[in-house]
Amino acid sequence: MLTRSLKPKGRFPLPWTRPVLPYRRCMAHVSNVSDIPSEDTKPFNVPIPEDSFETYNLDPPPYSVETTKSQLKQLYRDMSLIRRMELAADKLYKEQKVRGFCHLSTGQEAVAVGIEHGITRDDKVITAYRAHGFTLMRGGSVRSILGELLGRRDGICHGKGGSVHMYSKNFFGGNGIVGANVPLGTGIAFAQQYDDTKTVTVNVYGDGAANQGQVHESYNMAKLWELPVIFACENNKYGMGTSVERASAMTEYYKRGNYIPGLRINGMDVLAVISAIKYGKEYTLAGNGPLLYEFQTYRYAGHSVSDPGTSYRTKEEVQAERAQDPITTYRAKLIDWGVFTEDEAKAMDKEIRRHVDRETQEAEKMPAPPTNLDVLFEDTYVRGSEPQQRRGRTVDETFYRG
Amino acid sequence: MASLRLPRLIPRTRRGYSTAASPSSRLNLPIDYKSTPLLHHTSSTLSDTLDLPSSTTSKSLNLYQAINSALRTALSTSNKVMLFGEDVAFGGVFRCSMDLQTEFGSERVFNTPLTEQGIVGFAIGAAAQGMKPVAEIQFADYVFPAFDQIVNEAAKFRFREGATGVNIGGMVVRMPCGAVGHGALYHSQSPEALFAHVPGVQVVMPRSPSQAKGLLLSAIFESKNPVIFMEPKVLYRAAVEHVPSEYYTIPLNTAEVVKPGNDVTVISYGQPMYLCSAAIAAAEKALGASIELIDLRTIYPWDRQTVLDSVKKTGRAIVVHESMINYGVGAEVAATIQDGAFLRLEAPVKRVAGWSTHTGLLYEKFVIPDVARIYDAIKQTLEY
Repeated sequence: MLTRSLKPKGRFPLPWTRPVLPYRRCMAHVSNVSDIPSEDTKPFNVPIPEDSFETYNLDPPPYSVETTKSQLKQLYRDMSLIRRMELAADKLYKEQKVRGFCHLSTGQEAVAVGIEHGITRDDKVITAYRAHGFTLMRGGSVRSILGELLGRRDGICHGKGGSVHMYSKNFFGGNGIVGANVPLGTGIAFAQQYDDTKTVTVNVYGDGAANQGQVHESYNMAKLWELPVIFACENNKYGMGTSVERASAMTEYYKRGNYIPGLRINGMDVLAVISAIKYGKEYTLAGNGPLLYEFQTYRYAGHSVSDPGTSYRTKEEVQAERAQDPITTYRAKLIDWGVFTEDEAKAMDKEIRRHVDRETQEAEKMPAPPTNLDVLFEDTYVRGSEPQQRRGRTVDETFYRG
Repeated sequence: MASLRLPRLIPRTRRGYSTAASPSSRLNLPIDYKSTPLLHHTSSTLSDTLDLPSSTTSKSLNLYQAINSALRTALSTSNKVMLFGEDVAFGGVFRCSMDLQTEFGSERVFNTPLTEQGIVGFAIGAAAQGMKPVAEIQFADYVFPAFDQIVNEAAKFRFREGATGVNIGGMVVRMPCGAVGHGALYHSQSPEALFAHVPGVQVVMPRSPSQAKGLLLSAIFESKNPVIFMEPKVLYRAAVEHVPSEYYTIPLNTAEVVKPGNDVTVISYGQPMYLCSAAIAAAEKALGASIELIDLRTIYPWDRQTVLDSVKKTGRAIVVHESMINYGVGAEVAATIQDGAFLRLEAPVKRVAGWSTHTGLLYEKFVIPDVARIYDAIKQTLEY
């Protein structure tokens, strides 16, 4: 059953049967998980494949992670929920209900989900513009995220921002300027150290942002002051339409901190991500200073919905990556381990689809922001600079007197 | 209790007046770029306006095609011209550099990493060696990491070189700017006023394809200063007109009187020129006034004389721009007018500009100027 989706279906060798990547990604090869308890909440260890990590001046994290059956199922549910939500967002955009920009994270779900399950709700996360999955994991609801995309008042940020701009408790966005969130995350970590909160900041940015100067400025400050921050480079292999090899003189992003220990992680394996993040949190909170993580992952969609993502990469490449899909490989693994059955998985899929459909309908029903000056000038600091208003014959002809 | 119905004491009356304006008198209609007088819909008016020989051939192009044509002309004219930026090799997100890498090779047209500060600093260095680098910043909203390089390095380069006489003329930083309807916080801004505060850079914003080509070629070949070239991205596809095929330039130091008039002067640049034109047409019809429209084209240094001459004639002035009103270009123009044409003024100089707030996803239309606001300003100024 595990290998069903991987068997070549035609006469020709399929692209993923040959090594297309400079490094090898681990498939869900069957690991001997003996003695899986029947109880949902009883802890046990699951193995992590040996080639999940590459280290730089750092001992590798444990090659197993303690979990429960209910958590393993939750991981599947979370990843599938992000996938479904992103597909719903894509559909809303194509129906021209979502305007503006929309950056989907399909293919990268294991990173957002793994990070969240490796930390606690008191830890902090900050990321760049591909933020939907992180927002959901940090406590946003599907409807509040889709509502935000639709620009509705009940969206997670009052519909002011749309795709890129989403925030929730202990989640600092969502930032439209590439690399600009990295110094912010470093400052957040400084406050954590200053207040001795025993929490960590996961400071996420992309491979494209890794070439911004302020990212390197942040490395230096973080190491200088030994801040509890994990720099997490989400390497999806393309900064917009430019591949990492064309944009970076050195593509081993986990070594780029030089004086900061680094770790490259198979970002398609949610369990490897969890193990790495748990380990990293312990490491930084022990006063060892920052870490530089690189999650190797892949974005199925284009850079944004207006980019079909086909002009700078081959169909074969996308196909090969899809064969290592973080959700389907994980699903096969859970079935193989007997965590759930195929039927249970199907039921869960169905339930998730229904949930997202329901939430999409709710989001579409949300009212547009009211057209008044209080809303227009909300949260800006120049009180009293609002224009005088005179009602026009129609809403769009309302006059403001300057 | 909710189901309890109270008897209606006051009978409901029907409203006896219309709540909607008649469609023919509505002002905020979408701009019809096919009929606006600001575009050369035929080639016949081109040679006069741009001072070109009547044998000039032209092609109907939209703004991104005109930019592409200007870049192609520049790359063909001099081997010193080079073009780079994020995703530029594939044509750029707005297709302005389509096919140029194929035509001119990857030594001259190439992608850079996502590194705005690096891109601009790199351009300054190349220009200091006599190259003519055209750097693209993908959106004007992304230029701020490069602000230090522009303000402290590019702007001061010629000044500080002193006796060596070296300058970085030929360096152009192109960036799409302005609102498109749904850009939200990081894809809507128009930061021309921030650059216009800095002596040493020239800031240009064209209103149309033919203007864009002439101004861009001027920026590359005829300036001794670095030029910030801002392209209103809403016009990339919307504005289509005849553009001369050959090399031509439009000077970077002259505003253009686009439409003459006697009673009010409206001063603008970039996309709001079209809103002004529509408001002027409506106001001339309804109020019987004659209104002059001026395109600044170069926002810094700007053509004070043309503006002052016009205001001395009309006695009234309105400045219109899309970016925020606070400390904007309108403030500078208004101050210059009151200084240079005070005794001729019949009314205070008005500013119609974006409000001082950020651009929420669905809020853009409430923030930036529209035809109704410009019309209202004209009416108030005339009736003052």
